[in-house]
Amino acid sequence: MAKTYVSATINGESSEFLCETQQTLLDVLRDVVGLTGSKEGCASGDCGACSVIMDGRLVCSCLVLGVEAEGKTITTIEGIAQGDHLHPIQQKFLEHAALQCGFCTPGLIVATKALLDENPNPTETEARYWLAGNLCRCTGYDKVIRAVMDVAAEMRGETVG
Amino acid sequence: MNYIDSSLKVVGTRPIRPDGVDKVTGRAVFAADTRASGMLWGKIKRSPHAHARIVSIDTSKAEALPGVRAVVTSADFPDIASEEAFVGEGPMNFRDLSLNVMARGKALYEGHAIAAVAASTQAIADAALELIDVQYEVLPHVIEVEAAMAPDAPILHDDLFTAGVTPAPTKPSNIAKVVTFKKGDADAGFAEADVIVEGRYTTQPVHQAYIEPHACLVTYAPDGQITIHASSQGHFMIRAYTAKLLGLEMSNIRVNPAEIGGGFGGKTLIYLEPVAVALSRKSGRSVKMQMTREEVFRGSGPTSGATIEVKLGAKKDGTIVAAKQVLKFQAGAFPGSPIGPGCMCGFAMYDLPNVDVVGYDVVSNRPKVAAYRAPGAPITSFGVESAMDELAIKLGMDPLTLREKNAATNGTKTHYGPTHVNIGFTAVLAAVKSHPHWKSPLKEGHGRGLATGFWFNIGGESTATVHVNEDGSIVAATGSPDIGGSRASIGMMVAEVLGVSAQHVRTVVADTASIGYTFVTGGSRVTFATGMAATQAAEKVVDELKRRAAATWDIPVEAVEWKDGMAYPAGSNAGAFEPLDLASLALKQARTGGPINAEVSVNAQGAGAGFGAHICDVSVDKETGHVKIERYTAIQDVGKAIHPSYVEGQIQGGAAQGIGWALNEEYIYNAKGQMENAGFLDYRVPVASDVPMIEAVLVEVPNPRHPFGARGVGEVPIVPPMAAIANAIRSATGLRMPDLPMSPPKVRAAIDAAG
Repeated sequence: MAKTYVSATINGESSEFLCETQQTLLDVLRDVVGLTGSKEGCASGDCGACSVIMDGRLVCSCLVLGVEAEGKTITTIEGIAQGDHLHPIQQKFLEHAALQCGFCTPGLIVATKALLDENPNPTETEARYWLAGNLCRCTGYDKVIRAVMDVAAEMRGETVG
Repeated sequence: MNYIDSSLKVVGTRPIRPDGVDKVTGRAVFAADTRASGMLWGKIKRSPHAHARIVSIDTSKAEALPGVRAVVTSADFPDIASEEAFVGEGPMNFRDLSLNVMARGKALYEGHAIAAVAASTQAIADAALELIDVQYEVLPHVIEVEAAMAPDAPILHDDLFTAGVTPAPTKPSNIAKVVTFKKGDADAGFAEADVIVEGRYTTQPVHQAYIEPHACLVTYAPDGQITIHASSQGHFMIRAYTAKLLGLEMSNIRVNPAEIGGGFGGKTLIYLEPVAVALSRKSGRSVKMQMTREEVFRGSGPTSGATIEVKLGAKKDGTIVAAKQVLKFQAGAFPGSPIGPGCMCGFAMYDLPNVDVVGYDVVSNRPKVAAYRAPGAPITSFGVESAMDELAIKLGMDPLTLREKNAATNGTKTHYGPTHVNIGFTAVLAAVKSHPHWKSPLKEGHGRGLATGFWFNIGGESTATVHVNEDGSIVAATGSPDIGGSRASIGMMVAEVLGVSAQHVRTVVADTASIGYTFVTGGSRVTFATGMAATQAAEKVVDELKRRAAATWDIPVEAVEWKDGMAYPAGSNAGAFEPLDLASLALKQARTGGPINAEVSVNAQGAGAGFGAHICDVSVDKETGHVKIERYTAIQDVGKAIHPSYVEGQIQGGAAQGIGWALNEEYIYNAKGQMENAGFLDYRVPVASDVPMIEAVLVEVPNPRHPFGARGVGEVPIVPPMAAIANAIRSATGLRMPDLPMSPPKVRAAIDAAG
């Protein structure tokens, strides 16, 4: 089958790839571009482990076709840290022990980034509903939500006791 | 050495875990993230029928498809004999596992593997599966446990005869085993009772629902050397099963532990690896396999669904004088439900004079069950702790008081044999009594439930090594896959012994060729057993470091003291020397005797049993039947929390899984025995907006059999939630919900039926 040429900006770098029309963005990221930080937990948009930000919008990359990335700007988990400097969200996830197995963590961190880009001052309920598309089977969400609330406060310049 | 009463500098603190940065940046390599040169994709063809004889399999069209490199069926696997295997968690038989990995003669459930292909792309592999022509003779099937026990039920295995009954049966049965435990005289006990409650409860099978589907990458080299990258709860388990199922020597198989994306018991057995080896051997290429989520549901094991009958008899003052339980557990297509622990754990919280427990292990046309967090205990405890609530109501007694009155203490002889020692159940109940949640008044319209739980925890075989690097930094390696932070706890114990900071120790999980045998990550054993091995290895290293210092100073080793990561002369009599730190001793190691390392293997005994109690407040929407968890507190004796954050995380995660089990999760089958909700949309695990903050309260009654007092913590927290929530619903509505899940339609139906 003929492949389609796609040009996109991925994690701040211009990126070109060839993909089959039926390939999902998740498969393209993992198998063509070589960014395996986004995970496949369900391939049906239910678990959020493949969350990426595309033109400012949080999406499940398993529900986007690779060809739809044409001309788009995409941020994956690999693009959250600045070089070897962790993003505050990543740092707070570590400090709060907001991960156990770590498989859902890339998706949760990307989703948290999208949340705080849109709403820097979420209530606990807003954070819980925003992250309801990201399944975590290990933590019971308690420490995840604490990390999110803490980093939101820190990024607003507040200190939490 | 024992550090329980020592002042600790690292253990009990909350450092950032050694594998943390990899996991928040997407660098961590899970099995599906691995690649090999010339790699093919392997896929499995699965039975659409719940029960069918396989008449023929024609693979010729699939083999002819360009891009297909190999097709395998059961003909490519040895037909191995029945043999008990104690490789993973729970009872297992090598032959059963072989037949589960690839069906031979009969398909025993929808999703049972029938054949597999390896092809150059996933799309070609999928197309090839469609070209495999399987002719079936569809047989009558049976799904539910009591239907499978009926005399006229379709029989799954002609060679399965019920074990544990006399005389030995002459006809095959779906009842694989009957387990009985008796203590005292239950009938005489009930005759003395002033109050008796009886109940019948049911639970549905629930999947572990780890977010990472099973995956592996396998290379079979022409010299017979096999390399496997796999996500599992035990790479030695993968090696043993793969060797046994394919008739290979273990030394030819090297298994590299990839990061594991959750397991909860469900990755203590195998599905893909022997198939990938067979495909790689046939194709001469590396083969990668990865289940879809649908395959995880249809083809891998949940825990048992069950029926639970409970009868309790008590005196007016609340003293329980007799207890009886009948448990019927679904095993799935092959024997091996957690009926044993089910029979052990239900009454283990209480000091009961007369107990009678009977359990049945029953096969039916469902996926073979796999271990799931405290296997069997949550099921049995849903029944017992619901019945305890009914007993408290009937006695007009506070449910905590009833439990305090009957609580097991040190010296209580359990109905299954062992006598409890060094347990902290009364300390847990005292923590319930003094907790603000328990003392707080109930809000209008809310109900409050209490339930307790027990898990015996295990020890077992573990190996750990501690290496002093040339610069004095430390590497600790173990054979235990890290499923939720054990690298942190192991490294902290090593750091404590060596007197260095946690950051000074790099903890890794070594492959099967690089470290001694280590049993699976399961049974809440890693921080206990592997931690014991690592602690002892660190102590050996300290002994060696003291010898090196003694040699340097030319004084007896007894005159050297190790403190804060340095060797000191022990007092003025030993002489006046500048202390030697790890870096100085490491620098001179070549001149003082060579590399400084230690490896310790243990078969750890004395895993302290764990007890927990959960308090739950709910509100019930009478219009929709929706149950909302308003407040949740989980209290548990953890022995000693090595890294308290990850101990709390285990408790919070276990409680949330229990909330899903209680309220939503179930398998829905159609009339043909096919699962109708094989995906996360319809099999609904809790999401962030379904649960409140879960307060984890750590009670620390040290386990004297562990150097730091630790006891297993990962499994107890899934035991109490179902009954805690059922009891809270009873408190809110007056309705007893005996059947899980207590989903909105069921709660609404119960409200309607009550008028």
